[in-house]
Amino acid sequence: MIRNGLLFAAMAAALILVGLFQSWNVALAILNLQLISAVMALGTNMQWGYAGLINVGIMGFAAVGGIAAVLVSMPPVPEAWRAGGAGVLLAGLALAATVAVTVLARSRLEGRAKMLATLLVVAVGYFVIRRFYDPAVDAIEAVDSARTGYLGGLGLPILLGWLAGGVAAAGVAWVIGKVALGLRSDYLAIATLGISEIIIAILKNEDWLSRGVKNVTGLPRPVPYEVQLQREAWFQDLAARWGQQPELFSGVTVKALYAVLFLIVLLAVYALAQRALASPWGRMMRAIRDNRDAAAAMGKNVKRRHLQVFVLGSAVVGIGGAMLTTLDGQFTPGSYQPLRYTFLIWVMVIVGGSGNNTGSILGAFVVWFVWVEAEPAGILLMEAVSAVLPRGSALSAQLMDAAPHLRLFLMGLILLVVLRFSPRGLIPEPRR
Amino acid sequence: MTDVLNALVLFANFVLVPGVAYGAQLALGALGLTMIYAVLRFTNIAYGDTMAFGAMCTVFATWWLQAAGITIGPLPTALLALPAGIVGAVLLCLLFDRTVYRFYRRQKAPPVVFLIASIGVMFMTNGLVRLIIGPDDRRFADGGRFIVQAREFKEMTGLAEGLAVRSTQALTLAVAVVVVIALFWFLNRTRMGKAMRAYSDNEDLALLSGINPDRVVFWAWVIAAGLATVAGVLYGLDKSFKPFTYFQLLLPIFAAAIVGGIGNPVGAIAGGFLIAFSEVTVTYAYKRFLSYLAPDGWAPDGLVQLLSTDYKFAVSFVILVVVLLFRPTGLFRGRVI
Repeated sequence: MIRNGLLFAAMAAALILVGLFQSWNVALAILNLQLISAVMALGTNMQWGYAGLINVGIMGFAAVGGIAAVLVSMPPVPEAWRAGGAGVLLAGLALAATVAVTVLARSRLEGRAKMLATLLVVAVGYFVIRRFYDPAVDAIEAVDSARTGYLGGLGLPILLGWLAGGVAAAGVAWVIGKVALGLRSDYLAIATLGISEIIIAILKNEDWLSRGVKNVTGLPRPVPYEVQLQREAWFQDLAARWGQQPELFSGVTVKALYAVLFLIVLLAVYALAQRALASPWGRMMRAIRDNRDAAAAMGKNVKRRHLQVFVLGSAVVGIGGAMLTTLDGQFTPGSYQPLRYTFLIWVMVIVGGSGNNTGSILGAFVVWFVWVEAEPAGILLMEAVSAVLPRGSALSAQLMDAAPHLRLFLMGLILLVVLRFSPRGLIPEPRR
Repeated sequence: MTDVLNALVLFANFVLVPGVAYGAQLALGALGLTMIYAVLRFTNIAYGDTMAFGAMCTVFATWWLQAAGITIGPLPTALLALPAGIVGAVLLCLLFDRTVYRFYRRQKAPPVVFLIASIGVMFMTNGLVRLIIGPDDRRFADGGRFIVQAREFKEMTGLAEGLAVRSTQALTLAVAVVVVIALFWFLNRTRMGKAMRAYSDNEDLALLSGINPDRVVFWAWVIAAGLATVAGVLYGLDKSFKPFTYFQLLLPIFAAAIVGGIGNPVGAIAGGFLIAFSEVTVTYAYKRFLSYLAPDGWAPDGLVQLLSTDYKFAVSFVILVVVLLFRPTGLFRGRVI
């Protein structure tokens, strides 16, 4: 307990040092992403740490959370709905009907007839869907494509979008889990890696839904804008009393407000996760993880439990993804990269301690801190190296360009060192 | 009759030729991945970045040769630089094997631990490649651009459609055939190859008959790194060298290896071509092809494209999932993980 407290205190001290020596804006920006990463790491830890499921598709669920936040919060585009809303809905109905008929046919028929019927239904369904879908999509994307060109959202407060992000990610996870969870560990990793790439490809290309690579910008915010704050009299007084520039202080205040919101979500998820882990359900999960055959012999339905924990963990990741989109104020499908959104979260969980929620949070804090601060540190290092080299040499220019990539190398090194010398992480799972 | 010929030429130009080249690249990659799986028994996530590293070494060697004025006529200089790239990739793989994987092998750690360790290796290799060559596109292809040019083909045959075969595409196929023949000769005819297959089949029995596991592992890394480099260089010559694309190649390569039956070299080749042709045929727009074949006035209005090109990944992935669900051993009876 004391050791954990010291570790978190050291983390806080590092952030305060950043605040004192770099700026409070930077420190709070790091903190905000640390909090979001911690939520995602908790979700990943539920799947990997509790149940031993390898989900290498974190990026996909984060993106699903992000698009859910967009679809809840952005104002609807009525012209687009008039132009193609009905067509898209009909295409959706056709898709649902195709899936339903396929499932029905597969449950009723046997042998060769089953195969033929499946192929026939899918082929017919495909053309029916395209029949409604193509004209509708063209019509929607033609509506003022420079500014909208998509259906828009519901125009609700974005905080509801966080909830929707969780629900949407859970829904996607249910479908994926139904198909992929039967696979053994390595195959599941490859399958989820592929699914996350497909989710990003869909978000990049389905402009009617997400504006694709044109990005959705200017998302509504749950906190006031900096300029609004600067105009308020009470805020100017407060800034003056603390001896701060109103412009800088407003930036810090907005980031601090975000941090408070994220902290509330993190603490709520953490409390629930801890309770779940300590409950009989958590014990059952660990039993399945450690020996699934024995757990199955005890009458536990391994497949159902795996699906359950896969959906729960993905929902938490989805909430994190929605929070991330909210913080950015925009949704940019092109920016989702597996290294940053999947594998970095994995490094956090492994470094923090698989199976330990507190560890996952600490891992998220430490790893994100290193990830961000490795860049200035790398530049410092490269400057020190190029000071020895002749001025203006090609090598020193190359070194300065390369500095930002040092952090990828560093992340790999950290993961390998922890995995080798402290495989249970910074805060190991308690032996019960 | 000319219409049918035109349609066939069109199909060959946009589906057959690119599909064969891409399939050969995937097959080589999948072979390397399957070798690692067969001998070392884990899924190597760092494989895409190994390809990037080997290709990067080749790019540097090519630049050096070009600067020294050494070329081999119409063939790309990269072919001459390939051995240097292979040596680079092999050294990297052996270094990581000594420092990372060997420890877990001695511990007899479960495959999941290897997989997570390979994530760390992936990060390090990726960082190294970006540190050394940077994240941008690099061109290193030289020599003759085309074997058959579309315009010449049209003049020669008098058809409306042209057929273009880039020299890199022909080279890809030629190199792939040579490498695959060499690999099968090694696996089936040499002592080491037989030892490797024995080790892959039954480790304990192989050890009992005096096979040195360290040498088997050594050769597995050499072959895998060599194949990764060859595949990476051929892909880079065909398209262009960009570190990020190699990570994205990982998925179709995995799909190829698993669809064919992981651990089975013949399956890896078949899987590579299957995935490549599925990707190309499903995302090709058949409008012009059909308008040649259909009677006058029946030509289709739309593009007649089953899926937009951006969903290439989805194709390989759907095949992967279908095969995993209905025939988990793959088409050619590999192993079940």
